[in-house]
Amino acid sequence: MNFSGLIHNFGPLTVTGLAQGAIIALFALGYTLVYGVLRLINFAHSEVFLLGTYASIIVWGFFGLDQNSPTPGMFAVIGLIILGMVAAVVASGVTAIGVELIAYRPLRRRNAPKLAFLITAIGASLAISETVGVITGRNIRGVPRLIRQTDVVVIGNTHITNLQILIVVLALVMMFLLDRFINRSRLGRGIRAVAQNPDSAALMGVNQGRVISLVFLLGGLMAGIAAVMYNLKIGVTRFDAGFLLGIEAFTAAVLGGIGNLRGALLGGLLLGVLQNYGAGLFGTEWLHAVSFVLLVVILLFRPTGLLGESLGRARA
Amino acid sequence: MLLELQEISLSYGRIQALHEISLTVDQGEIVALIGANGAGKSTTMRAVSGLRPVSHGKIIFDGQDITKLRADLRVVRGVSQSPEGRGIFPGMTVRDNLEMGAYTRRNRVEINKDLDRAFSLFPRLKERERQMGGTMSGGEQQMLAVGRALMSRPKLLLLDEPSMGLAPMLIQQIFDIIVEINQQGTTILLVEQNAQQALSRAHRAYVLETGRIVKSGTGSELLSDPSVKDAYLGVA
Repeated sequence: MNFSGLIHNFGPLTVTGLAQGAIIALFALGYTLVYGVLRLINFAHSEVFLLGTYASIIVWGFFGLDQNSPTPGMFAVIGLIILGMVAAVVASGVTAIGVELIAYRPLRRRNAPKLAFLITAIGASLAISETVGVITGRNIRGVPRLIRQTDVVVIGNTHITNLQILIVVLALVMMFLLDRFINRSRLGRGIRAVAQNPDSAALMGVNQGRVISLVFLLGGLMAGIAAVMYNLKIGVTRFDAGFLLGIEAFTAAVLGGIGNLRGALLGGLLLGVLQNYGAGLFGTEWLHAVSFVLLVVILLFRPTGLLGESLGRARA
Repeated sequence: MLLELQEISLSYGRIQALHEISLTVDQGEIVALIGANGAGKSTTMRAVSGLRPVSHGKIIFDGQDITKLRADLRVVRGVSQSPEGRGIFPGMTVRDNLEMGAYTRRNRVEINKDLDRAFSLFPRLKERERQMGGTMSGGEQQMLAVGRALMSRPKLLLLDEPSMGLAPMLIQQIFDIIVEINQQGTTILLVEQNAQQALSRAHRAYVLETGRIVKSGTGSELLSDPSVKDAYLGVA
């Protein structure tokens, strides 16, 4: 174990972890929203994210950009990032709603057991990612370098880049907007009503089907933003890009308290940071092992996650 | 006639809970359904509000067949239910619970008027406005459920066991409020274990036994009916 390494690199590991964690947190919101309302783990959410990564790359391709293109000027970059986000958000949102309509809604109509949903969820996930795999020949796809990473803040050995700031700020802004929407708006109140008592919600005149579509859509929007951030940060995508990150995001959701929006943010950031501390302590190859061991330990002491479940039930 | 059930039947899996029930509720009435546990009272309410599909028969509301209409759309037509077990949203404040009752409405001014009305009917709710629904006592939740059901401005208010779990003094009070709501123009269909109270306050009533209607009449007729006295009023 390399304690001095961890201490020496504490700053850089924290910064890297927060940026990774912010992407995980946005991704995690989709799991937590759907679980909060339907008590269902939407495994196909990883593919909702995946299609977002491709959609933005394809749109950037329309402008003749690939991974070898030089970085365009600043205004062009801002426009391209916004366009990429629109494309990703549309692709992810449509995928999320589509999965719900095709893989879950028919089962719900028939009052299918929970296990059936689990199987169609895994099925939808694999079907989409394998289809992408076939179409892309299972090759990686490079992302145009829209942002040249430069250090904006330097404190000792801790360097904070422009991209890291963008990722964290954007994640916080999206989180804030979503939280406001769920807690303040009429539709948000409808979502919380269905989460807390579906029968009562129907008696209030809430159209449950519409609320469920909305929840999938919101999760898709967040995943679309996460997908663009991921593209800019990692620089490549592949048919299985959603898989491991999806498990991490799901983990983050559980860690924070699945069904709890703020829990997803906390869980995401915490997981990102812990992974990097673990990597600093034991070496990079231990990154995932360490974080998942920690997950188990935390859940042993707090089975409902750090913040508990709030979308669904009142916390005492 | 505001509501008419025409020979409706309803089953839970293989168990038939309602056998060809027919009843009517006229505009402006309070109609009570009384009967023992498991007689099908709450099931009848759920059929009317649309939480449970009927297997047979028709439900006519305000001149239109609503048998196949989804529950949330029945609210828009003017049916509102305070359900068995109250169905409070535990993680929402009292205020948000009441706002949920007005979910189908958009006119903020009118909604605020009705909030004030709910608070004046149940001053206790005003005191607890910011409290989470799930942390309220049973009696307070009952008031909240009734107040919330009124927020959609229903033509027909369905009340399932409004006196359940209430202290005797509060039972009197909630029935006073039910009569007041009715006098302000809302038609009420009421399910009650407390047959004495229900029959003395209702214009008419139906007696349910194992999913069938076995008797009907005005409240006072049934109150003095020997077999009803024997079975439901607990007095010799």
